[in-house]
Amino acid sequence: MGLRIINRRPGRGGALFWGALPFLAVLALYLTFSAMRLADNPNDKLLPALSTIAETVVRLAFTPDQRTGQVLLWVDTAASLARLAWGLAVSAALGLVIGIASGLVPYLRAGLSPFVAVVSLIPPMALLPILFISFGLDELSKVVLIVIGIAPFLIRDLAMRVEAIPPELVIKAQTLGASTWQIITRLVLPTMLPKLIDALRLSLGPAWLFLISAEAIAAQDGLGYRIFLVRRYLAMDVILPYVAWITLLAFLMDWGLRAINRRTSPWLTRGMA
Amino acid sequence: MTISLKRISAVCLGLATAAAIACSPAGAEEKKDFKIAWSIYAGWMPWGYAADSGLMKKWADKYGINVEIVQINDYVESINQYTAGGFDGCVMTNMDALTIPAAGGVDSTALIVGDFSNGNDGVVLKTGKTVADIKGEKINLVQLSVSHYLLARALDSVGLTEKDVSIVNTSDADIVSVFTSSSDSKAVVTWNPQLAEVAAVKGATKVFDSSKVPGEIIDLLVVNTGTLKDNPALAKALTGVWYEMMEKMAAGDEAMLTHMAKASGTDLAGYKAQLVTTRMFYKPAEAVEFATSPQLPKTMDLVRTFSFEHGLLGEGAKTKDAVGIAFPSGEILGDAKNVKLRFDAEAMKLAAEGKL
Repeated sequence: MGLRIINRRPGRGGALFWGALPFLAVLALYLTFSAMRLADNPNDKLLPALSTIAETVVRLAFTPDQRTGQVLLWVDTAASLARLAWGLAVSAALGLVIGIASGLVPYLRAGLSPFVAVVSLIPPMALLPILFISFGLDELSKVVLIVIGIAPFLIRDLAMRVEAIPPELVIKAQTLGASTWQIITRLVLPTMLPKLIDALRLSLGPAWLFLISAEAIAAQDGLGYRIFLVRRYLAMDVILPYVAWITLLAFLMDWGLRAINRRTSPWLTRGMA
Repeated sequence: MTISLKRISAVCLGLATAAAIACSPAGAEEKKDFKIAWSIYAGWMPWGYAADSGLMKKWADKYGINVEIVQINDYVESINQYTAGGFDGCVMTNMDALTIPAAGGVDSTALIVGDFSNGNDGVVLKTGKTVADIKGEKINLVQLSVSHYLLARALDSVGLTEKDVSIVNTSDADIVSVFTSSSDSKAVVTWNPQLAEVAAVKGATKVFDSSKVPGEIIDLLVVNTGTLKDNPALAKALTGVWYEMMEKMAAGDEAMLTHMAKASGTDLAGYKAQLVTTRMFYKPAEAVEFATSPQLPKTMDLVRTFSFEHGLLGEGAKTKDAVGIAFPSGEILGDAKNVKLRFDAEAMKLAAEGKL
């Protein structure tokens, strides 16, 4: 039995090694390609050497820009994170309020659920020209794009999860004399908060996508703005570290949300292996 | 474990090498098949006509080669593809030729000087009446493009700098809708056909355009220098077809003009209007004169100064001299050991002498 491959497990060190392998393979692939192109043309912009990328990162992250005097990476990061935070916060609030309301109150559900379902099917990018015209080119339209992109998903997810609360619990609360408001604050909210955070984690990818798309079209700063700006002259030495940085930020946000979930709702993981 | 590890790394390395060889940039060698990229712009429409009408094939056959003319929807993407080695040649402006392929180490030759913008690029204000009114305004434009360069020249003409305005990078596809319908947007810099539309907005004023800096925004056919050197037939075929088309255009060939108008999404009148602000070099002799004039190095000095100041010459560039630019006279701007952009008038001279 132990000989079959499905029964063989890597140890702790083995898991680390196998986990690292794809990353190392990609790195090796990049270095090979890059070295070959650079041997052909030392100024090649497509696959710059790691040393060039490092120089660019130093310039972007630690040296003030010669024209504006700002340190670009931090200015861009702050601008993007502020937009993202607004978008996520508004979406989460909408998801929580509308989701719980429509999951718990049949009349609201009848009125809201088909509308939300239809809205969630509109591709947000298709609305972008309208958003720019109605909300201007500034921050508002970018935040609204994120909200339109992810709020319907959060609302539907929460509503379905509220509906999935065992009816026995709701009836029990009612026989104990709880009002609707008490049921919401004492029963629904505590069960839903961790689910909302999980849904937010799943929305991080789309949220970044909408943010960067909005910044690509009209912006003065932001991570997406910089990438699409320097695309103009094929500055892969800027684009690659920016992509890595965005990925790291997204990973940290995901990790942070998971940590919050574990901290605020310890019962979720209790009993799990 | 160790054996499988070794095998895995060997396989990885093998794959990487194979892929790298498959994707390595088009090397310079004698060959028969060439690919030229072009994108929509008044002065470049003849390339589409060359492909559709069979004229390109006629000239390529004459020199025993194949030339494929490929239309790319996104202008910047076409230059990036050329720079990455996907094409042997591509149409672009003088500034983009310097900042994208040349700064990227791809030795490029401006084979044909097709035209220069003579009003095709402009600065439009919603409320102001002169360039000076731009002060303190937010301006929508495609940053780091010739629009940006034109703005810098406009500001310069009234003693302002970029610090006096704030620039919002806006995609050229959105410029018109942003300017016409958003109250946020009070000033734009853009090119035709968008320019014509924003200038037509009620109350808007075109306060500056490229006719005030004639000959500075030049539209070129740029070809890989190594490919050109190893394949002289390519230069002859491309120049030959180009000037046959220029002759037809100058003669007002209705069929050709209508074809190009349609391909650029307008009608004959609309296309003719765009040509008014495009200074086409219909005769090869005019293009030769322009390319060999002492004015060209002066223009390129302005362009490379702007490019360097905006970081467009890349990380390796410590001065504006980092990338060398060669002119037909033999004059060189910048680093003579790193000449990556060459203006060449030889093929156009042959065309002028009728030797193609």
